[in-house]
Amino acid sequence: MGFENFGTVTFTTEAKTADFINYLGAGKVMATRCKKCGATYFPPRLDCPTCLSSEVEWFEVAGKGKLRSYTRVNYGPSGFEADAPYILALGEFDGVQILARLSRDIGENDIEVGMSLKVSPLKLPEGRLAYEFRRA
Amino acid sequence: MAEVAIVGAGQTAFSRQCGVNIRELSFEAFKEAVEGVDVAVKDIDASIVCSAPEYDKQRSPASLISEYLGLTPKPTFYVETVCSSSTTGLRVAWSMIRAGLHKIVAVIGFQKMSELSSRDAAERMGRGGDIIWESPFGLTMPAGYALYARAHMAKYGTTEEQLAKVRVKNSHYGATNPKATYRKELTLEDILNSEVITSPLKKFDCCANADGASCIIVARGDIARRMCAIPIWIIGLGAATDTMSMAGRESLTGLRCAQEAARQAYKMAGIRPKDIDVAEVHDCFTISEILAYEDLGFAKPGEGVKLLEEKQTYVDGRIPVNVDGGLLSKGHPIGATGGSQIRTIVRQLRRQATEAQVKAAKIGLVHNIGGIGQYGNVTILGR
Repeated sequence: MGFENFGTVTFTTEAKTADFINYLGAGKVMATRCKKCGATYFPPRLDCPTCLSSEVEWFEVAGKGKLRSYTRVNYGPSGFEADAPYILALGEFDGVQILARLSRDIGENDIEVGMSLKVSPLKLPEGRLAYEFRRA
Repeated sequence: MAEVAIVGAGQTAFSRQCGVNIRELSFEAFKEAVEGVDVAVKDIDASIVCSAPEYDKQRSPASLISEYLGLTPKPTFYVETVCSSSTTGLRVAWSMIRAGLHKIVAVIGFQKMSELSSRDAAERMGRGGDIIWESPFGLTMPAGYALYARAHMAKYGTTEEQLAKVRVKNSHYGATNPKATYRKELTLEDILNSEVITSPLKKFDCCANADGASCIIVARGDIARRMCAIPIWIIGLGAATDTMSMAGRESLTGLRCAQEAARQAYKMAGIRPKDIDVAEVHDCFTISEILAYEDLGFAKPGEGVKLLEEKQTYVDGRIPVNVDGGLLSKGHPIGATGGSQIRTIVRQLRRQATEAQVKAAKIGLVHNIGGIGQYGNVTILGR
């Protein structure tokens, strides 16, 4: 198992970080930390380019983050036509940043750069998994 | 050390659908580049073909184009940094000449985007991001720049109307460029009333996909002097990168790759931003031109819009920018764009511009960005 059912469209599946999907299925959005130098990674990675070490540990991206920027995408590319419009956002959390969509509960007029967010697992149709930002 | 100069620069008209194939498109740009240059095709001793992959069924287009231009058996290869491919090619050409490997090198950029539907083209561009972690959320190229636009607005109070003024300026100059896809002058209202593509960017805040080719002929200095009346010298080169993922970006109010490439290019040329007489910047979106003013040091961070509103980037201003209409008017055939920007500066420095000519321009700058700020090339040219 890898990234076969991640996001709206899958482009590639195999990765050493496939545990991310297991955690996501269990309700957790996880990032990685190098055990040697302490660097934190999202997208999560099992190889630290500073230490050339693959000794990393997973940690949950829990707690509040803040919205750095957002855009309402009205024109989805191939494979995303049915999703549009959707709001993409960049969120900043303790030690990592994440690109994801904003929950559909939040209208564009209620969004403000700097607002508090949390990142939550999201079940999509047909057993697909993702994560999204919600109000925190 | 050998100096390196541009002796010829050409491009096709950029259009929504060119009606010819990539070899024919490239030939047209090549022909314009060698016109008026005292060079036989057999003397061009290497070629670099620059393009973004996955638009063509043709695999390995370098060989095809080399054959069609009559450049075999000289070496050729493909160079890619998406939208900045052809200025990366120029950098490689400079290096090969400086290293003494070659004397005259042709840098050919091309893209025939009309081979794909615009949705399919958007999907390809979306895969120009991180395909495991970000593309599956529906990230597109305009959406990436929209994140920068929104962040710039939040930090500096930049408005949608101010962004639209970039297009007002560029459409004004594009109207006089016979090579441009769009030659209609747009009003502020036209732009502000156009449909929202990815907020806050509207249709007219975005450049269009296009077909086109460009070609730059680069030569060792001593030969360049014999080949043409006014060699245009490559006096500064800078190149840098930023993360593929948006999640890796430290700043959303400027492109780090452009800032670093500019620093290198100014240092190599031994000049400062105020010494630039004319510039071509990568205005794939209106926000991109504002970021460029600030990343290149033409304005302080947050003050790019002021430079525009004071009309300092118009042809009679302190630092004219994109007076050929920019990508917003010309269209953006990915691999051809950097070469087209170089061509405009070459023509400005030779006082040959048929569009707005900047008076007595001696030093010009080209800012060419690949992807959503993943690659940045800054090239400084002098006469």
